[in-house]
This record gives sequence, structure tokens and C-alpha cells, in this order.
Amino acid sequence: MTFLSNLINGISLGSVYAIIALGYTMVYGIAKMLNFAHGDVIMVGAYISFCATTYLNLPPIVSVVLAMIVCTVLGVLIEGLAYKPLRKATSLAVLITAIGVSYFLQNVALLIWGSNPKTFSSMIHLGSVSLFDNKLIITAESIVTVLACIVIMIALTVFTKKSKMGKAMRAVSEDKDAAELMGINVNVTISVTFAIGSALAAIAGVLLCSAYPVLQPTTGSMPGIKAFTAAVFGGIGSIPGAMLGGILLGIIEIFSKSYISTQLADAIVFAVLIIVLLVKPTGILGKKITEKV
Amino acid sequence: MDKSRMVPVPSNAIMPERDIDKTPILETHHLGIDFGGLTAVDELSLTVGKTEIAGLIGPNGAGKTTVFNLLTNVYQPTRGTIMLDGKSTARKTTAQVNRMGIARTFQNIRLFNNMTVLDNIKVGLHNSINQPLGASITRLFGYRASEKKSREEALQLLSFFGMENMANMQAGSLPYGAQRRLEIARALATHPGIILLDEPAAGMNPSETAELMENIRRIRDEFQIAVMLIEHDMSLVMNICEGICVLDHGKVIAKGSPEEIKANPAVIEAYLGKKKEAN
Repeated sequence: MTFLSNLINGISLGSVYAIIALGYTMVYGIAKMLNFAHGDVIMVGAYISFCATTYLNLPPIVSVVLAMIVCTVLGVLIEGLAYKPLRKATSLAVLITAIGVSYFLQNVALLIWGSNPKTFSSMIHLGSVSLFDNKLIITAESIVTVLACIVIMIALTVFTKKSKMGKAMRAVSEDKDAAELMGINVNVTISVTFAIGSALAAIAGVLLCSAYPVLQPTTGSMPGIKAFTAAVFGGIGSIPGAMLGGILLGIIEIFSKSYISTQLADAIVFAVLIIVLLVKPTGILGKKITEKV
Repeated sequence: MDKSRMVPVPSNAIMPERDIDKTPILETHHLGIDFGGLTAVDELSLTVGKTEIAGLIGPNGAGKTTVFNLLTNVYQPTRGTIMLDGKSTARKTTAQVNRMGIARTFQNIRLFNNMTVLDNIKVGLHNSINQPLGASITRLFGYRASEKKSREEALQLLSFFGMENMANMQAGSLPYGAQRRLEIARALATHPGIILLDEPAAGMNPSETAELMENIRRIRDEFQIAVMLIEHDMSLVMNICEGICVLDHGKVIAKGSPEEIKANPAVIEAYLGKKKEAN
């Protein structure tokens, strides 16, 4: 039973990583940059929904929508102000800027909300499910998280495969210059990608804090790094890869915590990443990069 | 802007007769670009008629692809102006210039290899299909109608090139000749007034080249657009081009009809080198 319960917790935590990893992987796939500020957008999303429920007494669903709107605007703003002017700069300059934006967001949050951790009350007011004579209890948070993850995954896959904007996104991801010569506005496409990624980050923030209810300005950074790891693990640039990587990472983390050592769990997670990258440098579902000569 | 750069140049009589009296689809006036200290293209003045098949030829390194990059605003010109259907393309982005009516293919094929043949065309159709962003998420508000329309138009374009049976294949897995055709079809999907083909016959055998020539003529006749091509295959150029411009070291050395070009000593010299005087 503990095994099953660990597995469920792992999948649930992994689903949060997966939703965050989708943001990393989409932005990487289209803008070819690592948006290290993505983790902090999660934190902002969590704070917004926290404030909306605590101070404005809004219902949870409204607060989540509000958080999504704020994060979408924030994501598009970050992209337009910080990354767009660097479109032709070296990737190193963009990377350093992203780290700068990350610290900027953390410190602004510190100024607004202070350094005291806030207790985030769960947004999910449903009962948990007990199975096998109460031997296995699945929390409502776990169920909602996993369901949200599945819905997002399907919606995103359909969006990128079928819609006009999705096709433009795939075209930009494959060959930015050729797409532009086909009349596609690359800047708009990149902005839409940031908007989607940031809206997902808001959802991830609410789900994460509903399961682990401590909210402070650095809340987003560790899950952010782990979700980035998950994206690389699954094959960065690939949507199913981010999903698979996230869930596997969550399971590995929970199992390491309960069977090996709580302190060593993170070390084990990153060790697994290193091993995977040594064996398969493009990640589990990563595409082989072949250069035609 | 310097006024002297705006002076129109006579078409040099390479515009086909049926296009005279119409606004030319493409004009360049004293176009030039420098890369650092190197002048890659200079004093390029061209006129292409509405339904002309024009050729841009010259030895390797003459600056032909640079001209295409200038025409599509991939490079910003250092000097001169480009007029597309009577409107200047200065300060426009590449995507905007495409929407103004210029499309192109590439010397080394640049398809979206991981997308299907059909989706490649649909990317080209991007701006002619009106589908609000929300529509694709909710699948309401004419999503199906717009998808159906783009699918129909894409299939029509594919059948123009005899490729409708390849619609669901991955673009990257197509044979070479089909990839070349798909690239042209994708460019046509953007509804251009002029299509630029960069070495369309590269790597083709004589029978494939003959088919390509036929296709280029059909594109002009059925879509009523201009075609401008860079090509090293002289039999193709002399066969289908109505006006030819010869470039050497970034400068125009000759303009005219195929007959005039063939007889031009400057062209022969650029291609074969100067004949030594016999003592």
C-alpha cells in the first residue's frame, strides 16, 4: 500500500513538474532560449491567487483565472521588454538576462509580500478518496493535479497539431527564417508561446501550493529548476517529452524520499538526469539532431 | 532619402510586351549593399513585369542570392529602393514583405521537415486564413469552416504539382524532386505577385529539369504572376526566361532578352574569361 500511495504522490508531484516543464520546452522549442524566470512566474501566480482568495475573498476558480491572466500579461511583458531586444544577441546574453529577470521577480515579490512565508490554503475543496478500507488515501489535490495535467497535455497537443497558430509555432520552431519568409510574424508567435507558458505556470503555481502550502518569494525557483531538468530529461522541445520527463522525475523524487533518504532525494534526481544525458544526450523523446552536409 | 536614388530607370526593354503599360510588379532603383567594407551588390536597377519570367544569372559569388535576400528584406539595403507593385518595401519586416506579395524558395531546400506535406502548405496559407486564436481552442466560431477551406486550397495546390497523394507524408521523407516542388507550392500558398526561385533545377536530371520548366510556365500562366529565378542551367534559362539580368561581382553587366545575352561579349567574358589575343 505504501508503494501505491508513493506512486500516486509521485505522479501527482510529477504532473506539476510536467505542467511547468511544458512552459520551458515550448519556449525553448520556439524561441531557442532557456527562460530561467519561468519558475518565478509560478511563484507570482501562486501569490496572486493567494491574495485573491485571502484579501478579496474571491472564489478559488476566479482566483485561478485571475492568476492566469496576470501571469499571461507578465510573461508577454517579460518577453517584450527583456528578451525581444536580444533576439539577435548570443544565447549566453539571453541566458544571463533570464537569470536576471528571475532575481528581479523574486526581489519584487520580496518587496510586495515580504519574506515571511505565507500559508497557502488549498484551492481544492473536495474530499479525498479512500480505497482498500482506508489503507490508501488519495487526496483531492492529487486527483485534480493529475487531471489538470492530462487535460492540458491533450489541449496543447491538439492546439499545436491542428490550429493555424499551432502550425505557425511548429514552423517557427523548425526554421525561423523560412517561416518569416512565408509571411509568419515570428514576434507574435513567440509572444503567444510565452503567454501560453505563463498561463500554465499560474496553474502549476496554484496546484503546487495547494499540495505544499508554503508560499515565499523563492517558492518557484526549486520546482522551476526541477521542471527544467524534467524538460531536458524528456527531450527539450518536445511536448510529450516534457510530460514524460516531469512524471518520471516526480516518481523518482518521491521514491528516493521514502525509500532512500529525504536529504539525498534531490541529489538522486539530478544524478538520474546526468546518467540519462550521458546515455541519450537528447533526452528520452528528444529528436536526433542530424546536420546535413 | 536621397532624391537621386528615386529616379526611375527605363526597363531596358526586357519587360515582355503584354506587361508594358502595366505597373511592373518589381522595380529596384540603384540597389546596393555593403558588408563591412565589401560591396556585395551595387547599382542594381531592375524591372520585372507583372507576368514576366525573369532570370538572374552570373558566375558563382556574383551576388545573386544576396539580391534575393535584399528583395525579401532578409538584408536591409545600404542604398537604393525596392518597389513591389508600386509600393516601397523600405523598413518592412520579412514577413510584411511576404504579405505585400513576394515569396521565395531556397538554394538548399528549407522545408519544415517534421511537418506533413499538407501542414507545410497550410503554414504558407497562414495569412490568408482568418482564424481567431480562440477559435482553435474552443473549436467554435468557424474553426471547422476555416480549417476546411485551408485544407481544400492546400490540396488544390498539391494537385497542381501532382502531389495530392503525398499530402500526409512527412515533408522530410519526400524524394528530392518532390521536396523542390513542395517548396514552390508552399511559396505559392502565400498568394504572391512574384515568386523568387533560387536555383530550382539544382541537382535535377534532364527530364526533371524539363518538367520543372513546364511547371514554371504553368505557374505563370495559371496564377498570372511573375517568376524570377536564379539558375546555372543555361538551357533552362535561355528556354523560358523572357528577360535576363547578368550579374558579376555584384554589378549588372548585361540586361536583355536571351538572344541579346547570348551574343553579349561582356557575358561571355564573365563566364569564360577574356580571350587571349593571338599574336
